[in-house]
Order: sequence, then structure tokens, then C-alpha cells
Amino acid sequence: MELLLLAINAMLIGNLILSKFLGICPFLGVSRRLSTALGMSMAVLFVMVLASTVTWTLFYTLLKPLHLEYLRTILFILVIASLVQLVEMVMQKLSPALYEALGIYLPLITTNCAILGVAIDSIEKGYGFLPMIVYSFFGACGFALALLLFAGIRERLETADMPKSFQGAASSLIVAGILSLAFMGFSGLVPG
Amino acid sequence: MEPRSFTVSYAPHVHDGSSTRRIMWSVFGALVPAAAVAVYAFGLDALRVMLLSTILCVAMEGVALLIMRRDPAACLDGSAALTGFLLGLTLPAGLSNGIIVVGAFVAVIVAKQVFGGLGHNPFNPALTSRVFLLIAFPKQLTTWPVPRGLEDIKEYMGLAVTRTTDAVTSATPLAAIKEHAQRAMPNIQLNDLFFGVHTPGSIGEISALALLLGAAFLLYRRIITWHVPVATLATVAVLGGLTHLANPAKYADPVFHLFAGGLFIGAFFMATDYVTAPVWPLGKIIYGVGIGLLTMVIRLWGGYPEGISFAILLMNAATPLLDRYTVPTPFGSRKPDKAAPGQAGGES
Repeated sequence: MELLLLAINAMLIGNLILSKFLGICPFLGVSRRLSTALGMSMAVLFVMVLASTVTWTLFYTLLKPLHLEYLRTILFILVIASLVQLVEMVMQKLSPALYEALGIYLPLITTNCAILGVAIDSIEKGYGFLPMIVYSFFGACGFALALLLFAGIRERLETADMPKSFQGAASSLIVAGILSLAFMGFSGLVPG
Repeated sequence: MEPRSFTVSYAPHVHDGSSTRRIMWSVFGALVPAAAVAVYAFGLDALRVMLLSTILCVAMEGVALLIMRRDPAACLDGSAALTGFLLGLTLPAGLSNGIIVVGAFVAVIVAKQVFGGLGHNPFNPALTSRVFLLIAFPKQLTTWPVPRGLEDIKEYMGLAVTRTTDAVTSATPLAAIKEHAQRAMPNIQLNDLFFGVHTPGSIGEISALALLLGAAFLLYRRIITWHVPVATLATVAVLGGLTHLANPAKYADPVFHLFAGGLFIGAFFMATDYVTAPVWPLGKIIYGVGIGLLTMVIRLWGGYPEGISFAILLMNAATPLLDRYTVPTPFGSRKPDKAAPGQAGGES
């Protein structure tokens, strides 16, 4: 039950993009096409769970016993950056098409604040191992949900007869704002 | 031989004479009974809110079209007037004029004209504006004046009633159920929800009967199809029934959930908006089920007593995806394989 609550919280109420405003750069950057949005979502899902697991383990086995908690941010950044490099190499080998499609955005996961945000958040909130996995997995699902909905709308808006000053990023940000308003309907959601 | 001129046009050549103008004004007309009940229940204050909202929306659309150097006469096609009317119907009577101005601006400018006007807006303008106002002005948007016909307000729903110098306000039935289910439930009469003259609530949502009349007219004129409203209402009824069976003391019965709040006005008049709803039958049904589901999730477990506005906005967001993946197979053609959704959706 608690895990279910946590999952709903991570995915809908505290949606990474639409209520915490983390990971806005990929949200705007790769949402032009549904296919790249899907690829990015999968990459984020994979990296987020992996990065959270690794950073969580490192924090509790290395930093905590040595009382080096203040190194948390810098260590996490390093770990995430190297993990992304690893994912990139694996993807290049196994799925060149996806690698091509993601292009510049895969290295950009390195600086995706959502990944670092979730890793640090799991520590800040004192989650155990299983809640941390649930949190990062459903956080990434929420990320994917927002990204895919947004990509769908943006593909449709491409044919819209928009005034020049609102084309591109301006209208996308307005859509993101309205989407965020709609997601506020989930606030206070407590199953039971 | 005298020269003849022919108009060359694309199919379809048979036309039933429908136009944006006709559709919009039909929906407008279908909402008049609900508006009439509201004026009866809340007095001229309701009329003020509706009129102001309608006029402001049309005026702002005209100004926006002028600024964008488009044909300003397009503001009279009825779509802006309908948006304004719908917005007014979702607001509480007695709302201050300033908030209505903000609401009209959000509806027409932010939610519609920014995206290029009618046909391009991804979200329903009236609902976008209502949700915006609800979040920006939570107190004013949930101050429900009690209808004048209500005599014994204190007993009604067993709720706290606020008396200020010039107005008496109360909670809506949904809010009452949310706050303390046991005390409020026996006091809510289905008759009140049905006729609406005794129920606090948004201007246009109080009378189920008036809304059903309008909806019947729209269905008869084939302006809306049954898919979205039926899917929405059925989902709400099924979920309401299941939760009521599981715990009758805590959850209200499905009939209450059907008739209370903005479900009818939302399902018949807002969710069926041509621009923001899916095109294909299967997509419409999924869309309707999604609205019903999200509405009930927010009503039963969420922080807000009513969830239909959020639910419709959320499903509006899913509309492009639904349109893309629910394209029906044309009669006689073979079932397309996996690559088809991409092609059909136009891999532009």
C-alpha cells in the first residue's frame, strides 16, 4: 500500500516535469517527434533507475560510514556522468538506430537534472532500497508520460496556424503550463 | 454561347449545410435552459457573470484578431461566445468582475488565440480558464452562494454555512460528501440535484434536468455523438457503484455521482468539443472512459471535491495520441501491420 502511494506520488502528484519542473531541457528538446520522445523516455527510465540504485548504494556503503555526506552532490554527478557514457556505448553497439535518433540528447542525460534530482531526493527522503527503486522507476514513468503527451500535442501544433511570435518554444511553454495546471488536479491524492 | 463558370472543389460534394456558426450557436442554445435555471436559482448575479464572460470573450477575440491582422469578423463565429458562455456556466454566481476579466483573457488569448485560434487549441479554452482560476483564486472560486429558494440552509447537508452581510454561502454537495460523508449523505436529495433550484454549485451545473434537455437536443441534431458522454457516464456509474458497494458509509452511491457536480455539463458540452476531442469512435470511447476514471479518482481520493475539469484537460492532452493510434481500418482493406499507426498518423 505504501509503495502504491509512493508510485502514484512519484508519477502523478509529484510529477518530475510538471510539478517539480526538473528535466525541462529534454522536455522541450526531444518532444518534437513522438518517436524520439519515446526513445528518450526509455533512456531516462533506464538511466534513472540505474543511477539511483548506484548512487544510493554508494551513499550508504561509502559516504555514510566515512562521514563524507557533504561529497554527495559531486560524487553523484560523477557517477551519473560516467553511467551515461556507459549507456551510450552500449546503445551504440546494440541499437544504432536509437543511438542515431537520440543523437545529442543521450549525452545530455548527463546534465538531466531529473536524474540527479531523483537520486538526491531518494537520499533526502530517507527511502530504503525498495522504495528508492519504486520512486525512481515511477518517477521516470511520470517523466515519460509527460514527455509523450507533450510530444503528441507538439506534433499536432506543427500544423497550427500560429502567430509568428508564439511559434516554437513560446507556445510549447504555454502548453507545458496548461499541462502542469491539469496535473495539479492530482494534488492531495490519497488512495484509501 | 455564353461562358459558364464552374466552381471546382474537393469532395465531399454533398453538404448538410452545417457550419461553424450553426454548430456553435446550437450548442449555445442547448445551454440556455441550464442558464435559465441558474438565473431562477441565483438571481441576476448569475446573469451578470454569464453575460460579462460571454461579452468579454468575444471582445477579446476581436482585439486579438485585430492585433494579429486577421479578419476581426471571425470573432462573431460563435466559438468565442460559446467559450465565454461555458466559462460563465462553470463559475460560481457572485464572482467579482475582475476575476471574470482574467478568466476571459486566459480562455480566449492564452488557451486559444496563441495557438492560432479555432481548431488549433490543444486544450478546451473554457476549461483551461476555469482550472486556471480555480488554482489562482481558490477562495473566490469555491464560494458558492446558496440559491434563493433554499429555506433551511443550516439543515441542508449538515454543513457549516457562512453568513456575511449580503450573501449566504455553502458547500456544494460534492464538497459536503468529501468533508464528512456520513453527516451529509442523508440530507442530499436526488430531487434537488435533478432540478437544481436548491443546490449550491457552479452557475450551469446545478440542474441535471436542464442539461439533459440541452444534451438531448444536441444528440437529436447530431451535433454531438453518443460515444464520449456515454463512455464517461458509464465509467463514473461503474466506479461509483463499485466503491459504494465496497464501503457504503464512506462513498456515495453512483446515482449521486452521476447527478452531482459538473459531470453532465462536462460530459455533454465540454468533453465533446470538436477541437479537443478525438476524431475516431474508438478514440472517443477511450477518451470518455479516461475522463470518467480520472474524475472519479479525483472525486474519491483527490484533494479537490470535483475532478471533471481536470479530467477533461488531462484527456485533451491525450487526444493527439488517441487520434494517432485509433485510426479505424477502412471497410474492405486488410488489417494493417505494425507500421500502420505511424503512417496513418502522418509521420511528418
